[in-house]
Amino acid sequence: MTEVRFGQAINRALIDAMTQDSSVVLFGEDVGEAGGPFGVTRGLLKKFGAERVRDTPISEAAIVGAAVGAAMTGLRPVVEVMFMDFVTLTMDALVNQAAKARFMFGGQVSVPMVVRMPHGGGINAGPQHSQCLEAWLAHVPGLKVVCPSNVADAYALMRAAIEDDDPVIVIENKALYAAKGDLPEPPAPVAIGKARTVRTGKDVTIVTYGAMVAVSLAAAEILAKDGVDAEVIDLRSLQPWDEAAVLESLARTHRLVACHEAVEAFGVGAEIVARLADVGFDELDAPLVRVGAPFMPPPFAKSLEDWYRPDAGRVVAAVKRAIA
Amino acid sequence: MATGELKPSSAELLPLYADMRLIREVEQRLSLLFGDGEIPGFIHLSIGQEATAVGVAGALRTDDTLASNHRGHGHAIAKGLDLSRFFLEIMGRREGYCGGRGGSMHVADMSVGMLGANGIVGAGLPIAVGSALAHQLRKTGAIACVFFGDGALAEGVLHESFNMAALWKLPILFVCENNGWSEFSPAERQLATEPSKLAETFKIPAERVDGNDVVAVRAAALSAIEAVRAGGGPRLVECKTTRVRGHFEGDPQKYRDAGEFDDIGRKDPLKRAADELRALGIAEADIAAADEAARRRVDEAVAAARAGTAPAPEAALADVYSPEAVRASAHADAAA
Repeated sequence: MTEVRFGQAINRALIDAMTQDSSVVLFGEDVGEAGGPFGVTRGLLKKFGAERVRDTPISEAAIVGAAVGAAMTGLRPVVEVMFMDFVTLTMDALVNQAAKARFMFGGQVSVPMVVRMPHGGGINAGPQHSQCLEAWLAHVPGLKVVCPSNVADAYALMRAAIEDDDPVIVIENKALYAAKGDLPEPPAPVAIGKARTVRTGKDVTIVTYGAMVAVSLAAAEILAKDGVDAEVIDLRSLQPWDEAAVLESLARTHRLVACHEAVEAFGVGAEIVARLADVGFDELDAPLVRVGAPFMPPPFAKSLEDWYRPDAGRVVAAVKRAIA
Repeated sequence: MATGELKPSSAELLPLYADMRLIREVEQRLSLLFGDGEIPGFIHLSIGQEATAVGVAGALRTDDTLASNHRGHGHAIAKGLDLSRFFLEIMGRREGYCGGRGGSMHVADMSVGMLGANGIVGAGLPIAVGSALAHQLRKTGAIACVFFGDGALAEGVLHESFNMAALWKLPILFVCENNGWSEFSPAERQLATEPSKLAETFKIPAERVDGNDVVAVRAAALSAIEAVRAGGGPRLVECKTTRVRGHFEGDPQKYRDAGEFDDIGRKDPLKRAADELRALGIAEADIAAADEAARRRVDEAVAAARAGTAPAPEAALADVYSPEAVRASAHADAAA
């Protein structure tokens, strides 16, 4: 067991994957010399050389497009989109190419590529550097989407993403990069699509992922003082998501709140509650409630951003609606 | 323009003519099948552009990878695709290259390095760049090639791809089929520069050829391919060619000046090659034999395609993601 930071765990996963498999290559804006905007790829250029760790021009469309072609030609590229907001510039390569190649070519080819992208606010980066756009990607058949909440999962989900034969988007919450946690030795594997119950409880199920896991746990502690015993499920993987685990929890608690930092409307939470309103209908004792950002772009000013991002208080309020 | 001086032998030219005839025969048949409602959706024909497909794709090795575009039937056939599976796909059959999920705009055959036609203008460029990067890193000795039209010059990703390929000296051959039309608009209303000039801006050596002269195209392609394969970085071959049919089949082309069609017959790469064969002393019967062979092959392929079966939704659904068992989890194994 080693205590490392979230970003270091991803760094370690990249090192281990690249050491084990020479077809794993890294490219993106400033991932080499500079070690990445958040230091996640620090030291990799020196360790693996300029062929496998490559600084690219500021060309998001070509970075992700090239990853598709490289993956179809025998490499397992891991590319970085510096901020998730810039995914807009890569959408053709992701949506029309990577996601569809296997399907539209009749299963002739897989596209084993990973696209890393930091999302989320908390650093006052403003409307174009703070968004959580994961629902867009989870909506596209052919893509997988994961979002770790802690050090051990950051390592394991990165390894799983690299080993996966399909395009996987690894979403890293910027606010988590400096968070510390224990990385088991050897690190334990995590399968894409498997959720984890981080707190057991009998009164209500809180389904969440990424940085909102810690927020939801904080909310659960507040609720405990009021005598409400909340179960917290960390989805870890958004596409596919562990419907069975969530349904199993709902069958015990009969109440559910879905939380994310992304805008509430048309989000991952909307899919979760829609499914459970269907397959979990017989279990429900209360309305399914969502927590997410208000329907506006992420604002810059500290006071505005603090208000915008869902916090424990908002989760508590949502749970109270669900148990009323 | 590298044209005119090249004097092929009849032994060299006859197979090129036959390959072009096969593509022409395929597309004329596609047009008929489309008209008869045997092909769903829509198709884009490259009639008049056969010399670029045969001249370039025919000069590639099987392990060279090729990214194509929406007008890609000729590219696919010249790269060596099986004609029956090609027709099966375009006619939406289970036995087709893509199980009937792709159709005309997505024909692909990984076994011969054909990374796919593409429905998005310019999208093949970064895919070929990535494929070239893989060839470079894996030291395969193969190169990547990408076909695009002059219309793709207006796409931002083309500029990104040129820049990246040139910066990294990637083994990639860019082939611009300059037919002067971006869908329904002429180049003069679309482009502020010319393909080869743009490539040169990125320090990519470019050669302009008469794209309707199969011998000139092949000579330019062979020379560019040799330079690319030798590690000289990317090259561009710009083939000035002619789009005879509309943007899509059924397009009445009301936007085109009738006068433009007056000399289309004279430009026809097949007619030019046939005339040249006659001048080289090839018997009319030998040319007719090549035409007949193409017809026969297409007849057989269409018959096979008509006998194909409808795709099953279950199989389509199962191919959205890779089967989980395909690759054992190395990390899971190591930790187990």
